[in-house]
Amino acid sequence: MKHLVLASLFASAIALPAMADYTIIAPANPGGGWDQTARTMQQVMQEDGISPSAQVQNVPGAGGTIGLAQFSSQNKGNPDALIVGGYVMVGAILTNNSPVSLKDVTPIARLTGEYEAIVVPAASDIQDMAGLVAKLKENPGAVSWAGGSAGGTDHIAVGMIAKAAGVDPTKINYIAYSGGGEALAAILGNQVTAGVSSLGEFEAQVKAGTLRLLAVSAPERIEGVDAPTLKESGLDIDLQNWRMVAAAPGLSDEQKAKVTADIEKMAKSENWQKQLSDKGWMDTYLAGPEFDAQLEADVTATQAILKDIGLVK
Amino acid sequence: MGAFDFLMQGLATAAEPMMLLYALIGVTLGTAVGVLPGIGPALTVALLLPVTYRLDPAGSLIMFAGIYYGGMYGGSTTSILLNTPGESASIITALEGNKMARRGRGGPALATAAIGSFVAGLIATLLLAFLAPSIVQIALKMGPRENFALMVLAFVTVSAALGDSALRGLTSLFLGLALACVGIDQLTGQARLSFGVPELLDGIEVTTMAVAMFAVGEALAIAGTRVQADESVTAVKGSVWMSRKDWARSWKPWLRGTAIGFPIGAMPAGGAEIGTFLSYATEKKLSKHPEEFGNGAIEGVAGPEAANNASAAGTLVPLLTLGLPTSATAAIMLAGFQQFGLQPGPLLFATNPTLVWGLIASLLIANAMLLILNLPLIGLWVKLLTVPKPWLYAGILLFATLGTIGANPSSFELGMLLGFGVLGYVMRLFGYPIAPIVVGLILGPMAEQQLRRALSISQGDWTVLVQSPIAATLLALAALALIVPLILRARGKGQVLTQMAGDED
Repeated sequence: MKHLVLASLFASAIALPAMADYTIIAPANPGGGWDQTARTMQQVMQEDGISPSAQVQNVPGAGGTIGLAQFSSQNKGNPDALIVGGYVMVGAILTNNSPVSLKDVTPIARLTGEYEAIVVPAASDIQDMAGLVAKLKENPGAVSWAGGSAGGTDHIAVGMIAKAAGVDPTKINYIAYSGGGEALAAILGNQVTAGVSSLGEFEAQVKAGTLRLLAVSAPERIEGVDAPTLKESGLDIDLQNWRMVAAAPGLSDEQKAKVTADIEKMAKSENWQKQLSDKGWMDTYLAGPEFDAQLEADVTATQAILKDIGLVK
Repeated sequence: MGAFDFLMQGLATAAEPMMLLYALIGVTLGTAVGVLPGIGPALTVALLLPVTYRLDPAGSLIMFAGIYYGGMYGGSTTSILLNTPGESASIITALEGNKMARRGRGGPALATAAIGSFVAGLIATLLLAFLAPSIVQIALKMGPRENFALMVLAFVTVSAALGDSALRGLTSLFLGLALACVGIDQLTGQARLSFGVPELLDGIEVTTMAVAMFAVGEALAIAGTRVQADESVTAVKGSVWMSRKDWARSWKPWLRGTAIGFPIGAMPAGGAEIGTFLSYATEKKLSKHPEEFGNGAIEGVAGPEAANNASAAGTLVPLLTLGLPTSATAAIMLAGFQQFGLQPGPLLFATNPTLVWGLIASLLIANAMLLILNLPLIGLWVKLLTVPKPWLYAGILLFATLGTIGANPSSFELGMLLGFGVLGYVMRLFGYPIAPIVVGLILGPMAEQQLRRALSISQGDWTVLVQSPIAATLLALAALALIVPLILRARGKGQVLTQMAGDED
């Protein structure tokens, strides 16, 4: 019975979070980007004394919309509740017809982000973005793209590329995989024409010479990455798969200011910066009215492209 | 330094007293979470990441390794003793293992699971150490069409194992396939059969379903039957240890299970469950005692248990060589690597040999530690069967509920647990087997996605499915597995294909 007792203690520790100042909801299963962001926040907040007993809770499901719905309904006016989210949530809210949107929470700040990378297997005869676009124009169906889940950032990137190249976005042959890892295997195994995912997923393979990096979705060249931007390749695209933190709805101005100050303190700390560099995450911190404006612009652009691809009516 | 020197150096590091302590903590925790239905190794490793950050890389890796192998092993204990799989990879173990336990042979069942896991873990870890770069090249050749062919083979062999009363088995299987359609379609992002319920968008969680069907359904069934004076099912008959005959019948399934589980674990679309299904079907085909299948055949425990541990090691092949996490636990281990500034990938073996070999050595130590920890505990575990049934099943219900809530704190999930529990009870009542419904739920979406991906890449050309040699071979095997039993049955040998259907409990 020793194990069962141990296990029950363990379970109750998860099921009943102890008293805490900040409870950070990771609206995804353990292991993914949002979960890691939430756990890194927890660690930095604990170590730097911003919130000595910060907790993380996973509420997985449907691109984060389940966690978002639960968060906004249960925490109205609770200044201690935080939720991690990101660009994928913007798309998921639209494709899932989610009754709850980012308007139902109080977005605080963008914390980190990754740019998308377009790659082909090293054995491919496609040498650059122009070559890939030429093939796409010739026969959109013959170019198969491997990437993450349907309607996610990778899918949106492919839709944007087609649109910018003057190809009908509904004609793209996008093969959705259940994650960057599985998609990477398909690209390495030469089963698809090209691959799209966060740069980090491909970096090691590009360095090892098994994948050819054609372009990145950053507004300007990324330091240390030997590839042109999509803009340089004649496609006007600037796409960042960002992650953010939001607070509960219905906060007073003072409460919101307090949360924003805490998050800023965390994001500016040496500890957080070290964590970012260890994990290879970019610091794309953005808060206040600038972040609100950026969020608004992203939602509008995403809605348009998802309509073009045909995922949202 | 060659691979062997690195391994020896890694073993020397991993054998230091503090490291052994970390390994012990790891395997104990891993076994504990494996035993608890619903809570898996992924969540445990995620919770421990911030803790292990304070340790050195070697210390935290050895703890992860212990949790990983321990979780795989722990699931089998409750499967065998209580007919309650802690993990989806130990569902098959419950079929024969629990039958053995009810006939007083719980000891040998636990022992063959423990030793089989050890043997498989040992061989698979050594394969990982010395052959990983070449295995991954083969694994990468497995594209959507090859994976689809493999799923077809798994379907056919598992359905064939349903035996003569195929109607009930197939009904259960198709119920599972139908339930598998619920949720967002992976390839188009559109919701299917979710009826506007947001909680259904991600589909039905396999562990929730398995725990509901096996644990809750079982508890209801026990509560529903009249109390019998005859409690002999729980008695331990004969030795707690494996007899000479048990050994003779176990060693081949261990090796075959390893041979099946390891490559499937290494495939990007693999997964521990498929290996256990195929291993079970293989053992049933090859057994000299096919009549015992469904009544507690030791081969049916030995093979699948070896397969699930071997596939746990197989999962590390793409993780270490390509940086591809193909399971939730692997994804978190990747995060663990990254917090030490390591990027697993094609260059990891070259740039960080000490750490890679340290991890492999840790896996070997964790594996041995598990055996040492668990063999003496078998005597204690089987005593669990002597706990009065009302207490035992109340406890099972409690843990099933805690596990589900712990993994996903949602009242809807809890409702599903109870709803499917009632379904499991009704199915038991009318003699429908419950394993195929879970099998359908696991295999259905995989097969569908692979087929559609293959056709999407080929732009609708069905002939690609047989154009690759690997896919063609697998499909031919599936066809054989389908036709041969039909011929045998037509020639009056149908009785050797014993039933799995209808008599799981």
